[in-house]
Amino acid sequence: MRFIVCVKLTPDTEQLGEVRPEKVGSSDLGVTMVLNPWDEFAVEEALLLTERYRGDTLAITMGGAETVEALKRAVAMGIGEAQLLSDDAFAGSDAWGTATILAQAIRAQDGWQQGLILSGKQSVDSNSGLVGPGVASKLGIPYVSNVVKIDEVGEGYAIVRRMLDEGMQTVRVTLPAVVAVSIEINEPRYPNFMGIRKASKMKYPALGANDLPGLDRGGIGPAAARIQWLDLRKAPKRSAQCEFIQAATPAEAAALLADRLMAEKVF
Amino acid sequence: MSILVYVDHVNGVAKQTSWEIMGKARELANQLDVPLAALMIGGELGDLPDEAIAYGADSVLMTEGPAYGQFRALAYTAALKAAIAQVNPQIILASNTVGVRDVAALAACDLGIGLAVDCQDLCLDKGGSLQVTRPVYSGNILATVVYHGTPQMATVRGRSFPLPGRDPDRSGAKARLAVPAAAGVDREQILGFEPAQQAAVALENAAVVVSGGRGVKGPEGFEAIRELAGLLGGAIGSTRAAVDAGWIAYNTQVGQTGKTVRPDLYIACGISGAIQHLAGMSSSRVIVAINKDKDAPIFTAARYGIVGDLFDVVPALTLELKQRLGK
Repeated sequence: MRFIVCVKLTPDTEQLGEVRPEKVGSSDLGVTMVLNPWDEFAVEEALLLTERYRGDTLAITMGGAETVEALKRAVAMGIGEAQLLSDDAFAGSDAWGTATILAQAIRAQDGWQQGLILSGKQSVDSNSGLVGPGVASKLGIPYVSNVVKIDEVGEGYAIVRRMLDEGMQTVRVTLPAVVAVSIEINEPRYPNFMGIRKASKMKYPALGANDLPGLDRGGIGPAAARIQWLDLRKAPKRSAQCEFIQAATPAEAAALLADRLMAEKVF
Repeated sequence: MSILVYVDHVNGVAKQTSWEIMGKARELANQLDVPLAALMIGGELGDLPDEAIAYGADSVLMTEGPAYGQFRALAYTAALKAAIAQVNPQIILASNTVGVRDVAALAACDLGIGLAVDCQDLCLDKGGSLQVTRPVYSGNILATVVYHGTPQMATVRGRSFPLPGRDPDRSGAKARLAVPAAAGVDREQILGFEPAQQAAVALENAAVVVSGGRGVKGPEGFEAIRELAGLLGGAIGSTRAAVDAGWIAYNTQVGQTGKTVRPDLYIACGISGAIQHLAGMSSSRVIVAINKDKDAPIFTAARYGIVGDLFDVVPALTLELKQRLGK
């Protein structure tokens, strides 16, 4: 069975606040770039699935040459194979364009129709979570999001738990399917020495548009983008200084705070 | 030409966010001088169609029946696509909730429609095209999103717009939406459903959130939090530390890997204020922090701070506010 994980390279979450708005979209944001933390859960789940069932794993990503770092982390964790999709023609794609490219790469994989495609819930930078459903749409297959547990994977089907606001569903989907996992699903493992060595020795040739026969060229790149981000700016910082309420007793502090809150009309 | 709003609900009771979006949609529809249609999908819709009209819809499309009793992404997506084909909207709006987001994304990608998610503000440009504002980079950066082509779709964050007035005397048309049998809809089946323990007040709708972190020290510690939240008609929030420790359910987690909330008042108790937590609550109107550590980063985000033991301060605050609020 094939377990394919779609991953992305994103800024380290500790440094998200340091990214300058004008640098967004460039290949060097000036911060440490890592495997999207949400994707680690998808990678881990793929590894757990190969431990439960027989199968192999593949991580794929789309981006500039630097994106190989996301693949290296996945391989270091234990993913068997990795594929980098990189081409100037891909840059500037919106989520649907990115999905078009990933879907075409997935279609070229032997056995993809008997397996599962996994992704993280969203990326810490675009926060959209659109590439997962986009890949499902392009491949014409079911999509289940916010999956907190994969109960069973069998011949042509999977049974998973999807968490909605109102409760948890047990969902049976036919394979192939795209599953976006929530952080509750597992605890991602740390790479071990063997994995790190394997990842650093592995080659990551970039596949471009010409290496994906059948790719809908009209559906990728900026010309095909249906939405565009403009006027990126820092979110306004809270201007107010913190007023520390000091008093001899908790009761007095509470009374002073209550005064402030009544004045703020928060009730 | 029209605007279409997807109304999210639970068993015929709308989620508040749906009406907030309806109010904004009504405004846009008036500006564009086009009709406003509402779509609702479910097992039993009850009064929901009439409510949608009272909140501003000119027409309601209903997809109702046992096949829609449980959320199924493929079936609901087919209904949304049928509604889009029928109503020919230039703008489509939906809430940002799990499930709805999937349906919006699947329909938008299938139909080649531009979609911006998690929007906090919407407006029209001079040409009548939708422009939205949304946070990215986990709330650190704001972006204006513009569209190329129509229709234009957006999902909207809860509490981005006020609840509009409700006018029970408004009239509108109600019609059943015929959804063409789509191949493969039954590839997704629901085998079971466990309802979540419903909080009295949903976190995403709450005007007041009282939240506990590592300083709460255990599940029993949340009792004090619960009491204050209950008094104020608020919701309970938590941090990843508290959830990972098993003290409280994940659906209360506020932060980068939890929920984003925007209440009028956020009281952070025993919460250090890691960047990942701030990402989920920094848009709150008034933030109060209670922490033993005067250097806790939460105080850089708070409007009011008390350096002290939450187990002393929170009950004292509950008592004080009980008297002030006449309860």
